Amino acid sequence: MADPMKIRATVRDGVADVRVLMAHEMETGQRKDASGNLVPAWHITEVTATLNGTPVLKVQWGPAISKNPYLSFKVKGAKSGDTVSVTWVDNKGDKRTDEAKVS
Amino acid sequence: MKPLRRTALRTAAGGSVAAALAALGLFGPSSAAAQSKAFQAKTLAETLAALGATGAADSRDIVITAPDIAENGAVVPIGIKSNLPKTEMIALLVEKNPSLLAGSYDILAGAEPDVSMRVKMGQSSDVFAVVKADGKFFITRKEVKVTLGGCGG
Repeated sequence: MADPMKIRATVRDGVADVRVLMAHEMETGQRKDASGNLVPAWHITEVTATLNGTPVLKVQWGPAISKNPYLSFKVKGAKSGDTVSVTWVDNKGDKRTDEAKVS
Repeated sequence: MKPLRRTALRTAAGGSVAAALAALGLFGPSSAAAQSKAFQAKTLAETLAALGATGAADSRDIVITAPDIAENGAVVPIGIKSNLPKTEMIALLVEKNPSLLAGSYDILAGAEPDVSMRVKMGQSSDVFAVVKADGKFFITRKEVKVTLGGCGG
């Protein structure tokens, strides 16, 4: 199981600013190891974010996203105490979900 | 190049197939099959075709926030904000990467069309933001110079 995500959600004037830091290698599949073999691609392909269980953002990622990916987005109509949940799935089928409260 | 181009064109036409699959619940509503084609496309025209965005209009209502000069190509912070009403989708393309499409973001109800991320860039290149708003596609570009490439670790 992958390491937990760091999620910060702060609300200002009814708009929540959500920042997510995921822990993932994000291997592109272009890089070679010391013996010259290609390192197979291993990256997050899909990220879904929900606010109080309602999906607000669906993200598809390719290998060009940096290692330990950062994502930020804004959600309207959020208030303090709401729950933001973020799920990612990588191309090996591994997944992780983390939650945070809006503050 | 020709067969590749043909595949990309077929992908664009295959959008409805993907929608049918999505209806069957095999793939998510974002038509994963068409998406993966878009991620493999190697030229700007192919990528746009795979996204269904061929002939996207230039727009000044899309703002790309990115450094003019990025010191480290492995981590280039890029933000995209759309001021177009009814923005449904935002995609980020890096022109000189092995495959152009870095990420696409479906803006669902409640979310604002304002996202940011960090991407890898192999070399100095134009980055494109493609936005789908109210069923139409819009595009804007910004040049980012990279002093240290991000591919090959």
